[in-house]
Amino acid sequence: MLKTTDNKDRLMMIAFTVAVLAAPVILAPFGAGYPDLMQRFAIYGIFAIGFNLLFGLTGYLSFGHAAFLGVGSYAAVWMLKLLSVNVIPAIIFAVVISGLFALLIGYVSLRRSGIYFSILTLAFAQMSYNLAYSVLTPITNGETGLQMDLDDPRILDAATAPGQLPPPSLFGLEMGDTHYLSFMGLDLQLNVGFYVCAAILILMFYISLRIFRSPFGMLLRAIKSNQTRLNYTGVHTRPYALVVFVISGMYAGLAGALLVCMDPLAGPERMQWTASGEVVLMTIMGGAGTLIGPVLGACIIKYFENIFSRVNDAVVSNWFSGLPDSLGDFFSAIVSPFLGSGWQMSLGLIFMLVIIFLPGGLMEGVTRLIGWLGRLFRSRNNDEDAETTSAKESSPDPHSSRPASPKES
Amino acid sequence: MDAIFLQILNGLDKGSAYALIALGLTLIFGTLGVVNFAHGALFMIGAFCTVILNKLLSLELVTQSATETTPWGTPVEVHTPYVVMWFGKVGETMIDYSVFWSILFAIPVMLIIGIAMERGLIKFFYKRPHADQILVTFGLAIVLQEIIKQVFGANPIPQPAPEAFVGSIDIGALVGLGANAVVYPIWRLVYFLFAAVIIAGVFAFLRYTTFGMVVRAGMADRETVGLLGINIDRRFTAMFGLAAVVTGLAGVMYTPILSPNYHMGMDFLVLCFVVVVVGGMGSLAGAVAAGFLLGILQSFASMPEVKAFLFGFSIDQVIIYLVAVVILLTRPRGLMGRKGIMET
Repeated sequence: MLKTTDNKDRLMMIAFTVAVLAAPVILAPFGAGYPDLMQRFAIYGIFAIGFNLLFGLTGYLSFGHAAFLGVGSYAAVWMLKLLSVNVIPAIIFAVVISGLFALLIGYVSLRRSGIYFSILTLAFAQMSYNLAYSVLTPITNGETGLQMDLDDPRILDAATAPGQLPPPSLFGLEMGDTHYLSFMGLDLQLNVGFYVCAAILILMFYISLRIFRSPFGMLLRAIKSNQTRLNYTGVHTRPYALVVFVISGMYAGLAGALLVCMDPLAGPERMQWTASGEVVLMTIMGGAGTLIGPVLGACIIKYFENIFSRVNDAVVSNWFSGLPDSLGDFFSAIVSPFLGSGWQMSLGLIFMLVIIFLPGGLMEGVTRLIGWLGRLFRSRNNDEDAETTSAKESSPDPHSSRPASPKES
Repeated sequence: MDAIFLQILNGLDKGSAYALIALGLTLIFGTLGVVNFAHGALFMIGAFCTVILNKLLSLELVTQSATETTPWGTPVEVHTPYVVMWFGKVGETMIDYSVFWSILFAIPVMLIIGIAMERGLIKFFYKRPHADQILVTFGLAIVLQEIIKQVFGANPIPQPAPEAFVGSIDIGALVGLGANAVVYPIWRLVYFLFAAVIIAGVFAFLRYTTFGMVVRAGMADRETVGLLGINIDRRFTAMFGLAAVVTGLAGVMYTPILSPNYHMGMDFLVLCFVVVVVGGMGSLAGAVAAGFLLGILQSFASMPEVKAFLFGFSIDQVIIYLVAVVILLTRPRGLMGRKGIMET
């Protein structure tokens, strides 16, 4: 049993790696194969994977994860300003700082669970936003946002390029470098920044896979299913929850650092509650508690955000230009609030629709579809197969060898 | 002494708003067990009720003056609101007091919105996990906020207080602290009194009416009340409507203090969540007390003396969160929280 899951994981890991590395080829037909968007897919994928480690495994719904992203961003910009434009120290520093920040917030917030926890994390994120916006202006540069400057010390490499502002790079490979390539009639854009993000995404996916399969991951899942019983059996759950909270915060900090490495600018709006809500939506849309779901959700949300927010009124009226004038105006009046700057409204609506109709996310949708198709197929053949599959479905996780204990009342 | 008195007064208006919103939140939470992230949107909608009514009342007829001309030679435009045309002097007062008319306007509107929200959306989420309830109301909050943004634009829309309530009064002289020691804007005092009346009204309603008694019984043990043959669901729906009205009215009366904008709801909501947590989830008295307490604390934190004491850091933005942290570390259930509410 253990062996088969191992093989399955290996297969999934390989498939994921190939898919990520081939992203420019896969995404080009959708018009999403350009560096900026692909970088965002990978970065928010990392963010969502990290969030899923917390929410998917333990069920603790954090509403303040954008704060860690923001802290990571600020830390990374400071590293770029102070040390050098190499992205490695920036990323490491950002991860460490956001980890410490998560430790602080987690220590307080994890004293309560359920709704209290959500409220507390939301409050802390909002506090960070307020701080970044006003009080900590010397560190965060307030509303304008923090960016690199010619007067920065840049201890390590200021001497090499005097009087100019080099873009962030990885040992000389500039993040913005793009190689254009024609492949099977598609114009591909192979971007250094994207491949840096992709490599980190794959690594982070692997770590998340290991956590999911480890005894630690089992314990976290036990917290989700019944924390009280864990406490009664003598397991002190808070340290475990705190560890995963910090890990999750570090993922977010990493994502923030990567955002900065691609575009060296950090603003307080990255910490706003809508940003926190977005990552929750990504995770749930893809499927919380699944491995691949959050990445999928992140890609879908960012893809639609990109498409929706680009459309402006002129484009909308162009769509309906075939219709009579009054009818066209009527339709564009209905559609346009949801597009362009109204993307947030569509986001809110998608949010509600997903929660109402598909709380398990797309992955659950796919599973349901497969199950439905399978049942359809089987009912035509014979009915005996149905019993074996239902037995397989109800069998508990392969790792638990003990018989399932009776459900609590 | 004067300064302290002044800061307490300063904290009262914000504290009143916190207390009213937190009261609404707790009403919904205590009866239906739902944490309503769209509650801030109700506050905002209440504020925009004032904006709508004011716009309606001051719809104008634009005519061109026959005699006067502008320096450019074109006739001066004369704006006459229809209400003034129809009712003359009475019409002018109507526009001037539009905030008070908005109360009458907002009560049915908020009641309908609240009941529609409960029947149309939240009803389906009682049996779902709390995370789902949070998320769906969160989505609703975004949608409502964006609708307001689409209709009214992103800029704040200033609403004047009625003429008679503009300006300040010298409270210091009234209580014997010497002239001009404590000067306080009249409207803030009105807001505080209004909030006090509403809060007293809600408590009296729950305490002294049969309806309120049934609701309290339902809060304590919903099942038993249901078994007694009382349709408790319908009363809880009404309580949701009541909570929406309370929150909406808090928004209506707050407009002269803070110009309504589309994100005011969420700004207040986050703070009010903290208020509710500090007061103790599910405790109405705790919510009100914590609301005033934190409002006053916030105003003390913004004193220049405090700032000087903390080496120039102004902590008025974060004091509430810091207090929340301390309370949670020392009294995890909040000031007046009871055992067994949201403990898991």
